[in-house]
Amino acid sequence: MIIIVDYGMGNLGSMVNMFKRIGVPARVESDTETIRRAEKLVLPGVGSFDAAMQRINNLPGLRVALDERVLVQKVPVLGVCLGMQLLTNASEEGVLPGLGWIPGGARRFPRLAGLKVPHMGWNIARPAASSRLTAEIGPEPRYYFVHSYYVHVDDPAYALMRSHYGVDFDSAIGRNNIYGVQFHPEKSHHFGMQILKNFAEL
Amino acid sequence: MTMLRTRVIPALLLRHESLVKTVGFGRSIYVGDPCNTVRIFNELEVDELLFLDITASAEGRGPNLKLLADIANECFMPLGYGGGIRSLDQAKSVFDIGFEKVAINTQAVNNLALIEEIATHYGSQAVVASIDVKRNLFGRSTVRTMSGRRNTNRDPIAWAMEIEKMGAGEILLTSIDREGTWEGFDLEMVKRVTEAVTIPVIAHGGAGCIEHIEQVVKQANASAVALGSMVVFQKKGMGVLVNFPDSKILAGVLG
Repeated sequence: MIIIVDYGMGNLGSMVNMFKRIGVPARVESDTETIRRAEKLVLPGVGSFDAAMQRINNLPGLRVALDERVLVQKVPVLGVCLGMQLLTNASEEGVLPGLGWIPGGARRFPRLAGLKVPHMGWNIARPAASSRLTAEIGPEPRYYFVHSYYVHVDDPAYALMRSHYGVDFDSAIGRNNIYGVQFHPEKSHHFGMQILKNFAEL
Repeated sequence: MTMLRTRVIPALLLRHESLVKTVGFGRSIYVGDPCNTVRIFNELEVDELLFLDITASAEGRGPNLKLLADIANECFMPLGYGGGIRSLDQAKSVFDIGFEKVAINTQAVNNLALIEEIATHYGSQAVVASIDVKRNLFGRSTVRTMSGRRNTNRDPIAWAMEIEKMGAGEILLTSIDREGTWEGFDLEMVKRVTEAVTIPVIAHGGAGCIEHIEQVVKQANASAVALGSMVVFQKKGMGVLVNFPDSKILAGVLG
């Protein structure tokens, strides 16, 4: 069972719908005991970096349960959108440290003429490293993005997909059992479905 | 499917449990069952879908959440909804179902702070300010609410600027006069609005062919276009056919 961590940030219905469509058991949960037993975790997130970290740190037992399940027992985890940014060390959006599971950080898109922020809409994400997460996604995969900050990982080996919007940025990252996607796979037709299918099959 | 730089969005009108299409916000034709129709758009992998409940405000009710949930279950693309949203709580219930954006029209005129409130909680990208515009006999455009029934006498340009200031993430600009006519967008009005604001403007009302889409993007600087009749009818005056312009042709003219 895939547990979609509910810590009060973002709508989770679409994620559940897409897992249902591909026949993968998934459920939204905030209970830390369930999170401790999850086979896989999805860390969603919409909103601001500090607000999300505050909730993760302050909901009783959540941070410990996540760290233990992901870092010690090494179950696969997928951070989505803000959830991916939280996997890194820090963000220019806030002052709180991130989860620090993948070395890197989130920066604001540069203020360039004609570059509308947030980066909102469909964009191409090209595989940058071979990974089971991005297997069989086909040519010119496009995904739906909504974000004002982008992730840059410290070690290029952790960048699984890259996209361009004013700057080149890491649109999917991975390190061991820890994965993140900046786009919304649950809103990206078959391109996103393949990513979630790959994650489910890890 | 080729990536589209310009979003092309089917705008689907809900009337109670049915999908309909109107002409000039008047007479409505039954198109089909909303869930069956969105299943087709999902198969076609369209960029985005926008649903407008055209009787919610007039009937003084909120969104039909049951229907919206059924729609969200079928769709794996970004979704927007407009119609009867009067509070942050109602917007929240639409977001919780799996919609990314809400469109605010009538209520923006009644209570401009609502746009700011939703934008503060969910971000500007989640708020579409919907502006319905109609010209009078002398060609002067004014903003209408309540599905076109109420004339606010507001100037669309000034209103668009005010709405942008309140934090709306984009503007859905609908020409009531052109809606359902297949005669092309009101290029002059779209251009005046895109020149006045920096947020994306979705042009809506009048699209009848690919050339119209090209014109409103290239000549009037629309960031996106919403299509009604074109995606639910075979041709003007002909029967229902749920369809979407070929992505390669769109990319060719918009590329």
